[in-house]
Amino acid sequence: MIKITKPGLLTSVQDLGRYGFQKYGVITSGVMDTTAHRIANSLVGNDENEATLELTLLGPDMEFHEDTLIAICGGNLSPSIDGKPVKLWRSVLVSAGSKLKFGGCKTGCRAYLAVAGGFNVPEVMNSKSTYLRAGIGGHNGKALQNDDELSIGKPSELSEKITKVLAAKRGENKFVEMQWTISSDFISSSASKPQVRVMKGRQYDWFTTESQMKLFTEHFEVTSQSDRMGYRLKGPQLELQEKQEMLSEAVSFGTIQVPSEGNPIVLLADRQTTGGYPKIGQIATVDLSIMAQLKPGDKVQFVEVSHEVAQQLYLDREKKLHQLKQGIALKIRQESK
Amino acid sequence: MKYTIEPLGDNSLIIELGQDMSHEIQQKVKKVSSFFEEHAFDWVIETVPGFTTVAVFYDPLRIETTSLPYDEVCKFLEPLLEKLEVDDHTQPRVVEIPVCYGGEFGPDLEEVAKHNGLTEDEVIDIHSNGEYTVYMIGFAPGFPYIGGMSEKIAAPRRSNPRLKIPAGSVGIAGKQTGVYPIETPGGWQLIGKTPEKLFTPEGETPSLLQAGDQIKFVPISEEEFQKYEEDAK
Repeated sequence: MIKITKPGLLTSVQDLGRYGFQKYGVITSGVMDTTAHRIANSLVGNDENEATLELTLLGPDMEFHEDTLIAICGGNLSPSIDGKPVKLWRSVLVSAGSKLKFGGCKTGCRAYLAVAGGFNVPEVMNSKSTYLRAGIGGHNGKALQNDDELSIGKPSELSEKITKVLAAKRGENKFVEMQWTISSDFISSSASKPQVRVMKGRQYDWFTTESQMKLFTEHFEVTSQSDRMGYRLKGPQLELQEKQEMLSEAVSFGTIQVPSEGNPIVLLADRQTTGGYPKIGQIATVDLSIMAQLKPGDKVQFVEVSHEVAQQLYLDREKKLHQLKQGIALKIRQESK
Repeated sequence: MKYTIEPLGDNSLIIELGQDMSHEIQQKVKKVSSFFEEHAFDWVIETVPGFTTVAVFYDPLRIETTSLPYDEVCKFLEPLLEKLEVDDHTQPRVVEIPVCYGGEFGPDLEEVAKHNGLTEDEVIDIHSNGEYTVYMIGFAPGFPYIGGMSEKIAAPRRSNPRLKIPAGSVGIAGKQTGVYPIETPGGWQLIGKTPEKLFTPEGETPSLLQAGDQIKFVPISEEEFQKYEEDAK
């Protein structure tokens, strides 16, 4: 069991999302940075869809009431256990009674905390994700509050093996980290003006040539009016050639739509199911994690990519993530011999 | 059936069946949506109907091909979509929505009547005798985009939007009418309220309505409204 002693800015239970209900207006929700979430789960021996805690900018404080295998991936929100810094992107065995705290946000915007066995919250419409606006899913449909208690599920066989390897090295320490970590290929860059690959959107041709050019040459800044639903960007105004109304249709994670005032909005995990603003672009799935780690004030540059290349990049990335998962399992098997 | 296919993202595509909001195109959208429901292809994650489109979210890893998954999907879908015909014999589902008009449930009924030079009873009469089609569900869980309201009762949005519109409120905004499934802020003119739940997260299908349904608004009294709520408990 884990007890929250300080909730942080926005801490919620999320998995890979709620699918199959968008036709009923039910948003997918789910984690913002799927790569960090999936790797965190892999490092504790979970299925990659198992729910993690998504921590935003200012992380929570919590107490562990039992020995727990965890992994923290994604943005660096300065985690420490009983005052000693904890490394990201590693399997970590925490002893019962320890306190995990987060300090300031050093890189990125969101961290993912996975625990072996996952969190015991009921599934609503096949998902553990918190749907904040409708107040369903996750822990009571809400962001975590003070004194919330989260019970932990049954760890997998692989989780037990990782725990055993770490327990042998723990000694008197409050926690022990695995010696090895994952390849830096999977860690989103923390460049000051990261590049994000974008495909032309369905209404790209509706925009002026100048606006089309600006999309791919100038920088955009994430404004403070940004949340899990979408990032409102500030930068060059994007204009239509002529005023044109469109009928609402489905949108997707990473859709860049432009309302009439000309500032683009990037739709994210809590986006509405349908939208009626022209779509100038669509972020390539492989770069969504970079986008999800941006915080207000950060700048981003969009780089054009074809749909073909974006899909190929997606297939290649999935192959690498699959290999990573197998690699972790293999390493554990060798070490536990 | 005439259509075009275009990518939405690298894991999704949009089938476009026309340009305008019309009954004919709505029928096509419904046909294509039910085609995917009936076949349940294992590479399809879900489909989302719009006014003139059906979006298909898919898993590129589940498509066996030596070329691009998107190309393979198009090659697979094209002959199937071409063969699809709208079947005129299928009757749309008619869903009756009981509405208690006016009073505290419809605080803007008087305003809507005044705006159109009608009595409150005339507004109720026109609203409850209309033929309505659900074009799509979006904006909020279970929220129906409804077509078919008479222009005789059209009214502009409130200049001062309410911070809280109770779930079940029936409203008018311009030439549209709709029902709020969950409590939300909004600027629609509220003319009544239904005791029917449009969104039930614990249900097998969480939304009472779906694209293609026909709606009938049935006026009920305040006593009937109370009784309805009691029975639902």
